[in-house]
Amino acid sequence: MSERRRRTSSHEDRRLVVDFIACEGHGMCRDILPDNFRLDEWGYPIVTNEVVFSEVLSDAKRAVRLCPELALRLEEIKERRREPAIT
Amino acid sequence: MKASQDLKHHVDPFSWDATVARGLEPRLLADLPPAGAFRTLAEHRITHPKPPRIQKKGDPRIITEIERAGLTGRGGADFPTAAKWKAVTAGDRRPVVVVNGAEGEPAAGKDALLMARLPHLVIDGALFAAAAVGADRVFICVGEHSPPAVAGIKQALAERRTLEKDPGVRIEARIVPDRYVAGESSALVHWINSGNAVPTATPPRTSERGVGKRPTIVQNAETLVHAALILARGAEWYRSVGTSEEPGTRLVSITGAVPNPVVCEVEAGSWLLDIFEQSGGDPTKVSGVLVGGYYGTWIHPRDAFETQLTNESMRPHGASPGCGILRFQPAGTCGVSAVAELAEWFAGESVGNCGPCVFGLQAIANALRALESCTNTKAMLERVQRLTAEIPGRGGCKLPDGAAQMVASGLEVFADEVQAHRAGRCTARARRSAPVETPIQRPVEIPFDVPIKTLVSSNGHPTMHLADSSSSSSPSSSSQDGCRVCPYCAEEIRSAAIKCRYCGEWLER
Repeated sequence: MSERRRRTSSHEDRRLVVDFIACEGHGMCRDILPDNFRLDEWGYPIVTNEVVFSEVLSDAKRAVRLCPELALRLEEIKERRREPAIT
Repeated sequence: MKASQDLKHHVDPFSWDATVARGLEPRLLADLPPAGAFRTLAEHRITHPKPPRIQKKGDPRIITEIERAGLTGRGGADFPTAAKWKAVTAGDRRPVVVVNGAEGEPAAGKDALLMARLPHLVIDGALFAAAAVGADRVFICVGEHSPPAVAGIKQALAERRTLEKDPGVRIEARIVPDRYVAGESSALVHWINSGNAVPTATPPRTSERGVGKRPTIVQNAETLVHAALILARGAEWYRSVGTSEEPGTRLVSITGAVPNPVVCEVEAGSWLLDIFEQSGGDPTKVSGVLVGGYYGTWIHPRDAFETQLTNESMRPHGASPGCGILRFQPAGTCGVSAVAELAEWFAGESVGNCGPCVFGLQAIANALRALESCTNTKAMLERVQRLTAEIPGRGGCKLPDGAAQMVASGLEVFADEVQAHRAGRCTARARRSAPVETPIQRPVEIPFDVPIKTLVSSNGHPTMHLADSSSSSSPSSSSQDGCRVCPYCAEEIRSAAIKCRYCGEWLER
């Protein structure tokens, strides 16, 4: 992880949320955002890092747009969740 | 302790003993009619006042009284009831009240018992809730697995229609399919709306958008009974027992190492040891306690018997009183086997919405079964641990989270048993007069005249099979082709067998 990304969060940052009822395990999210997802043995995503910093937000928005089941969304981070756990 | 036993009692609320903890004045279970009977409206009105007629605007005084009492939900989540009721009054559409009596937990008996024997108390509670928020519709959802509960509610509603004036609200009984997740609030609402009892994505919460897109209160039957009693007797009366944080009484469903399953009314904060002893159990003959039901947490008896029935006391063990189930695993039975059986039940209860649940729960169950039969134990244990860590939080509802929690805590509590299985034996089996220590077998059709051999079955479950071809057959039960009937499970086995290949019981020769 680069030095630039480890900085404190801004209000532009978003949180990735997967709707597992809709998700069919296409794996598109992992292909676009390999830092944020890994896949389990059946191909369903595991969110390893739910916070998307504002610098890479465009990638995340692309992943949201390209999810074939529209099962991925970005949410605003509430005040208390400001300290992201970087894995 | 088998899941099939739970399911037997699950169906019949009259098979439970109903008791009250020593020294406690009964509240919910006061004047409980005998098993098989139900309290009629005339009997009920002697002690319980009629709920007020429902006004469109609702009555905030009712909510204030519930808030002062500090009542929390008894369906498992312990959510403050007053906050739930307040939430639905925010919008301008008239709210709906849904009584959740689905009770999908196989080890629970309290809600079915209330609805079968004290249905008017449940209905009164629902009417008070409707009066508090100004609801004009009430749905009473009863699990179809329990015919006496369905009959109780239907009979009570019929009685009310003839004997009492219209309370200003439409009450309907609905029979919920027998499926665990049907009792989840979004699934219940979705089922009323569309006939499909599967959870839906939240948000929106049911309190914002529920039945007919209206704000909806989904409340457990026991909680509403408490509410009815609070509004009849007052918040101070309610708070006079229990702890200051968690006042009042609770119904607990006790199964497992007790003579008969018991629904017991106890004070919040009672010691688990007292509850268990008063139910006729012997604390030295317990190997694990499942607290909060299948969707709960295993606690080691040494910790459990020093725990009180409060969230605060149970939190260090990762547990909570939940919906009030205490399932005591008898000592001398295989804990790994018990956990595997419950995991298998969970896998069967997945509604097939979310991939991690569909595949993950079945994989956990399979791995536990392999562990139970002492095959490939190291890899299987690692697999279970990895999957239970991966699955939580990755479902539309909390079913996979509950399964993972149950399995993870079970493996901790039965750590000795797990070690024994890793060493290739089962301590529970060894204790039971077995000639040699062997793993438990799963019945699989395989050629069995090999003396002792490990085989892998078609479904990938390794299995072990024993047969003794040199032994003499029992003359009384052998037939012409060298077969006889297993005295334990009645399956046909070879007369030379020393162990039944279907049920795994050791046979006398």
